[in-house]
Amino acid sequence: MGLLFSFFTVIALIVIVFIGVNGANLHYLFGVLIPYATFLAFIIGIVYKVVQWGRIPVPFRIPTTAGQEESFPWVKQNKIDNPSTSLGVIIRMAFEVLLFRSLFRNTKAELREGPKLSYGSTKWLWLGGLAFHWTFLIILIRHFRLFLEPVPVPIKILESLDGFFQVGAPVLYLTDLIFLGAVTFLFLRRVIIPQMRYISLAADYFPLFLIFAIGFTGVLMRYFLKTDVVGIKQMTLGLITFKPVFPEGIGIIFYIHLFLVSALFVYFPMSKLMHMAGVFLSPTRNLANNNRAAMHVNPWNYPVKVHTYEEYEDDFREKMKSVGIPVEKE
Amino acid sequence: MYNGGKIIIGVIIFVGLVTFPFLYSGGKTTAKPDPKVDTPEILKLAENERKCVEPKAYMKGEHMKMLNEWRDWVVRDGNTIYTATNGKQYTMSLQNTCMKCHSNKKKFCDECHNYTAVKPYCWDCHIEPKEKES
Repeated sequence: MGLLFSFFTVIALIVIVFIGVNGANLHYLFGVLIPYATFLAFIIGIVYKVVQWGRIPVPFRIPTTAGQEESFPWVKQNKIDNPSTSLGVIIRMAFEVLLFRSLFRNTKAELREGPKLSYGSTKWLWLGGLAFHWTFLIILIRHFRLFLEPVPVPIKILESLDGFFQVGAPVLYLTDLIFLGAVTFLFLRRVIIPQMRYISLAADYFPLFLIFAIGFTGVLMRYFLKTDVVGIKQMTLGLITFKPVFPEGIGIIFYIHLFLVSALFVYFPMSKLMHMAGVFLSPTRNLANNNRAAMHVNPWNYPVKVHTYEEYEDDFREKMKSVGIPVEKE
Repeated sequence: MYNGGKIIIGVIIFVGLVTFPFLYSGGKTTAKPDPKVDTPEILKLAENERKCVEPKAYMKGEHMKMLNEWRDWVVRDGNTIYTATNGKQYTMSLQNTCMKCHSNKKKFCDECHNYTAVKPYCWDCHIEPKEKES
């Protein structure tokens, strides 16, 4: 259900832009207004979400303790998986954000004959996820050649490394291959594994289809259908400098690619894709485990009105004495 | 906001990164590339003979693929004659056929390639034409 819904939503998006640009000639709408509006929604949406999350108090430290915590000097602490200092937290977060360390430790439980329960390490999701995210990042950075003039040297270097094997012309980018492969893998994983399929919703399928469609239109545009790259760069630079231009000869495939990216911009802040910002705000990862070593005060504590024993005795001293109860102060 | 300082720094970094192209350009427009086809060799030809091997639109989109195929056909298969779609025959050679007319590499090839940060590896093997700075 979710699968078909997501699939046809992406198809509908493509049909909309096809009719809009080829049929109704709405170049200004699809080439300027929608990209601007969605880009703004992307930034505002993400900032809003992050600020909203930031307002939620974290009264107590809840890091997952994936190793020996700081203890007596002769007990060896696992400083990365159970950090007690800011430096440890930074290293832990870096491993998490850049290398997906917690996915690396993914295990799979299996009921074997006996019956015996056995756990094994399973790295496929980690590998697929890492391939997907890193190639996506490299592809994104590579695109900056179309947004920056003059093109900075690091982007040129990245691009030449990406096309290192010089296959065909235009040179085949390795990341294009790996990216489409990784998205396909992440999709098949959801469909083929019954348990995964059972818990998968439209919100899981839609981003996969959308991102696949973006990658696929990009590949089509670069290697097969061809469109005027010089014209596209004039157009992107026009958007960047707020002086939109529409050079002749830009194919519909470019508008489809652009509209799908716009759809991703809008969808991003209100979906699970917000894990991009959320990973930095995970209390189970970004807090040092110094629960006992440092004083932590609940941020919403209010001053509690107390009535001490001394005050109580002051109130009732005479009455206590008269019935023979011992008092501390005469 | 709790831990507001750190979160705000993160938000500023994010906004800075995504708006980087806008800041980098600073609103300045850059000249669009304008490849020149006014070399002496081309001007020598009669007006209606000034045509490339294939139509202009095709050359614009597919020249890289064509050059790649030419290389394979000449170097690997030993074919040196290309028959164009209009029946005309050409010798498949970058230096002797293409560059004979388009002798202005800097003003022709590099004009668009530099603009879109494309670095073809033609000149890893071929000898770049010597051009006078003008």
